[in-house]
Parts: sequence; structure tokens; C-alpha cells
Amino acid sequence: MTDSSPLLQLSSIGKQFGGLSALSDVSLHIRRGEIYGLIGPNGAGKTTLFNIITGLYQPGEGEFQFNGVRYQVCKPHVLAQAGIARTFQNIRLFANLSALENVMIGRHARTRAGVFGALLRNRATRSEERAITERARELLRYVGIERPAQTLAKHLSYGEQRRLEIARALATDPLLLALDEPAAGMNATETASLKTLLQTIRDHGITVLLIEHDVKLIMGLCDRVSVLDYGKKIAEGVPEQVRKDPAVISAYLGGGGD
Amino acid sequence: MKFVRKSGVLLAALVIALLLLPFITDALLGRGWVRIVDFAMLYIMLALGLNIVVGYAGLLDLGYIAFFAVGAYCYALTGSPHLALAFPMAFPDGVHLSFWVVLPLAALVAGGFGVLLGAPTLRLRGDYLAIVTLGFGEIIRIFLNNLNAPVNLTNGPQGISRINPVSVVDVPLNITQNVFGIALPSVHLYFYLFLAFTVLVIFVSHRLERSRIGRAWMAIREDEIAAGAMGINTRNLKLLAFAMGAMFGGASGALFAGFQGFVSPESFSLMESIMVLCMVVLGGMGNIAGVILGGVLLAVLPEALRHSVVPLQQALFGKTVVDPESLRMLLFGGALIVMMLYRPAGLLPSRVRRRELDTDEVVEKP
Repeated sequence: MTDSSPLLQLSSIGKQFGGLSALSDVSLHIRRGEIYGLIGPNGAGKTTLFNIITGLYQPGEGEFQFNGVRYQVCKPHVLAQAGIARTFQNIRLFANLSALENVMIGRHARTRAGVFGALLRNRATRSEERAITERARELLRYVGIERPAQTLAKHLSYGEQRRLEIARALATDPLLLALDEPAAGMNATETASLKTLLQTIRDHGITVLLIEHDVKLIMGLCDRVSVLDYGKKIAEGVPEQVRKDPAVISAYLGGGGD
Repeated sequence: MKFVRKSGVLLAALVIALLLLPFITDALLGRGWVRIVDFAMLYIMLALGLNIVVGYAGLLDLGYIAFFAVGAYCYALTGSPHLALAFPMAFPDGVHLSFWVVLPLAALVAGGFGVLLGAPTLRLRGDYLAIVTLGFGEIIRIFLNNLNAPVNLTNGPQGISRINPVSVVDVPLNITQNVFGIALPSVHLYFYLFLAFTVLVIFVSHRLERSRIGRAWMAIREDEIAAGAMGINTRNLKLLAFAMGAMFGGASGALFAGFQGFVSPESFSLMESIMVLCMVVLGGMGNIAGVILGGVLLAVLPEALRHSVVPLQQALFGKTVVDPESLRMLLFGGALIVMMLYRPAGLLPSRVRRRELDTDEVVEKP
């Protein structure tokens, strides 16, 4: 965290779907070690931006720089290896694998054993497998999943599934943890414990990017927030300042959405 | 590890039973049946190869037999006098490479074809992928059927004959050999060869299943987008699955060519692809034991039917009313429907498939 350059820098990102402009000229930077919030009314382009950051979409125009490296064509797995981990708005766990296996798969980006390692199962592979299992168990405890590690992902409760997604993302040893509406569908207790978890994660030095509908959560948690509306960034700053911004107020109250 | 002693005894019993299998079969059912058992072993190898593609990586492949064909023709061309027809100047006696040289080559060539099939189909899944792979399988077969002109490479529908038998340390397996005073007919010798290869294929499958690579395949099967977000290079791993499956197919193809001494495109029809896929699905996708069971059943049952239906009808009606061949397909189709109704995950479902198909009731464990 001694490095003062921004972890993620987006310059004039634009994205069109057919004739529809989902994002235009969005620039923002995320500093190391902060919790950065991205809010906006429905259809503002939050998820599009999120998918560009995580490599699911390619930006139509603009520049994308992460951890000092410029990415032209950013495939999801390349960005995951570079240190961007994500969760999904509608949970995408490996539903029929166990909780432990889900997290173990998250270690893929940071381990090496290939076909020959698998076939020979030599000393290096064996110790790597042990390390993977150990780290996965550790992460399950870290996010607070108390159930047996062999429980299937689809048999976990909703809140646990959200946590498991976070554990799986953390297994990739990310520099930036990007969460797409992690509190969606959670009750107040679950949201409160999610908040604590995210603070703990940040305290361990991982930068967090948060997209959320729950404005209260964002305001209470984030160091800085930016607001999107109709594919444009209309405000950025500390939560108190953004809350008072007239453009934001009109976007939320005047522009419809929620 | 308390099972070690018990499983050790079971394993020893299994090994002895397998080693005696050709003799028992020979004594009880006759030599022809040992040959059927040999074919069952080939099918098991094929089914285990396809299991990597379909069971682990979740890529539905309906043209798998093409890789078997590629392997078989690799050995047919390089282990027979045939190439003398195509290139009389270069190879006046044909090419006669050792089987053990051709085997890895056949696996590699088939693996190459696997990548060739995989590369353009990376974006396809499910039914779309099935259609393309089906087409691929047919293309290979049609090529083999027609590549007898302008250069007679495959000898067309007549196929290639007089393929050299497999030799193990200069002992050809196509004639009866005496080992420690025991006379081992050719089919017995091939049985032991195929058994060794089947064990190898099981070992490789098992190791792959419980590895970083196997987990990545399963992640792709479960959710490709999430797999990508975990840093899994889905393109490479799908190609790897195609290549590994194809290599198993190619190696079994070379064994097939050496065993038969003859190959023709007719052995590699779409029906064969479907048969191998049925072995995987019927036995239990993704589960090695299930796939083996499926292979044994589907390879042996039709033969048993063939041998029992005609005598049975003769005894009952005094004449053959239904042709065993058509009855075979009827029973086979019926069995599949019954299976899908009552055991949709296969006879021996894998842990994962069982879960996939069970109801979503939550199993609470305090």
C-alpha cells in the first residue's frame, strides 16, 4: 500500500450495444486500500461498467489501466490473474460442487499443477494440493461459513451463498475485490454482517469495489463514491458530499428508477 | 484408512478374477466370447476417453468415434503393406512401423484432431456443440470412405487389411503363445494387452479427476462465466479436454487396428459414437466405475442377445420370427427410456451428477 498510484484507472470508457450507448466517457480511479462505491438508478450502466472492469465486456473506447499495466483486450481470466476478483449479481456458484470445492477452484489462478503434475502427483503437486485445501478451509472460516465444507453450494442459505462467492473470489488473492450488489436480497442482519466482513477484508489490505442499490450501506461503508446516470458519471467524492450533490438528488428523485 | 485391509483383499480378488477371465469365458462360453470381452475392453477405453469430454468438462460430443478412426487408420497405414499402393516408389513394401512407435503417434494425431474439432466450437455448448461434433464425426468417416482417389490413401470402403499384429517384445499376439507352459490363444493375449491399457486409462482418468485440471473442467461444466472469473483459461482447458479425450480414442483405435488386422470406414459410423456416448450416460457420467459398467453392459448385452434370441425363438416357435438385429435396437431403446425414467443419473452416478439431478431439498446437518 506504499504505492500511491491508483490501483485501477479508467479513462473515458465508452460502451455501445448496437445503437444504444450504455456508457460514455466514464473516467474514474480507485486508490489502493479504499472501499469504492458505484451507485446509480436502474439502467444507469453500473453493471456494464462492472463487466468491463472484470473483463466480461470489452470497452468500446477509452483506456483501462490496472496496477500500472494497460490492458487492451482484457479477458476475464487474464484480469483474474492480474488480481481482479468478482462476485455476481445473481449468484453464480458451481452449484453442484461442495462449498470447499468452490473455493478450491478459486485457487486456480494462483496454482500451477498441469496435466503432468496431475498424472505423476509428485511432491510439488501434493504439497500444492494440500495448500489449496488448507487455504480454502481457512477462507470458508474467514467469511463465516460454519456448515460442513462438504455441503453443496446449492444447499447453502442465500446469505451463505453470497459469502461463499466472496470466499471464492478471495481465493484468487485479489488486489481488487469487485462485488456486484452483494447485499441484494439480504435482510438487515445479513447486511450488517456483510458490512463487517467487507471492512475486515479492506483492513487486510484488499481494495474493494462495490456496486449497490442499498444507498445506506454504500454511504456507511465507502471511502469514496461515484454516481452513474444514463451511462455518464454525474458525481464523485466522499459520501457526504455526493449525498448533497444536486445532480445526484435529481437523478434519484427526478429521473425515476428507485 | 481403516478400509485399507479390506479393500486390499478385494483388489487382490479382482486382479485374480480379471486374470482368469479369458480362461473362464473360454471354458464356459467358448472362444468367440473372449473376443467379445476384448471388444468390451476397447469400448471401456473409448467410453473413459469420452467421459473426460462429456462427463468432466460437460462438452457434448457426438462425433467421438472419429478419433478412434483416426487412431485406427494411423496404425493401418503405418503397419501394413497398404501404402505400397499409394506410393509404390517410396514404399515398395508398405510401411511397417512397430506398434509401440505408432501408438503414441496415433494418440498425438488424434489429439491434434481433437484440438482441430475443439478450436472452432469453443463458443458452442449443449445441442449446438452436439450438432457440430456429429458433423465432424461424419466428415472423418466420409473422408476415409473417399480418400482412395486420386491417391489411394485409405482404400475407400474396402478398408485396409493385412495390418501387422501387435507384438510385445517381439512376440506377435496373433498366434497362440506358450507362456510358462500355458497355451495362450491370440484373443487371450490381446485381452491382457487391453487390460493393461484399460488399467492405465483408468489411472489417468482418476488422477485427472482429482486434480487442479479436473476441478477446472468441472467448474467449466458448472458455469463457464464464473470459471473464467476464477482465472481459469476456459479456452485452453476446453481444448485440453478435447485433446485428452481424443488421445484416449486414438490409442484405442490403434489397438483396435492391430487386434482386427483390418479396418474399414464402416466401423466408425455415427451409431458407434452414439453407442459410446450411451455407455457414458447409462453407466453414470463423470464416474469412472459407472462408465466402466456402462461399457461392459452395452458391449456384452447385444452379443448375449444375439446369441440367445435366435435359439429361443427356434425353441418357442420353431422359426425365427424377429431378426435379432432389429430386436436389439428395440430393447436398447427401451432400456434407455427406462433408465432415463428411473435412474436418470446413470447406473452408478457420480457424486456430482447425483446431486445435480436430485431434488433441491436442503439436507440439514446440525
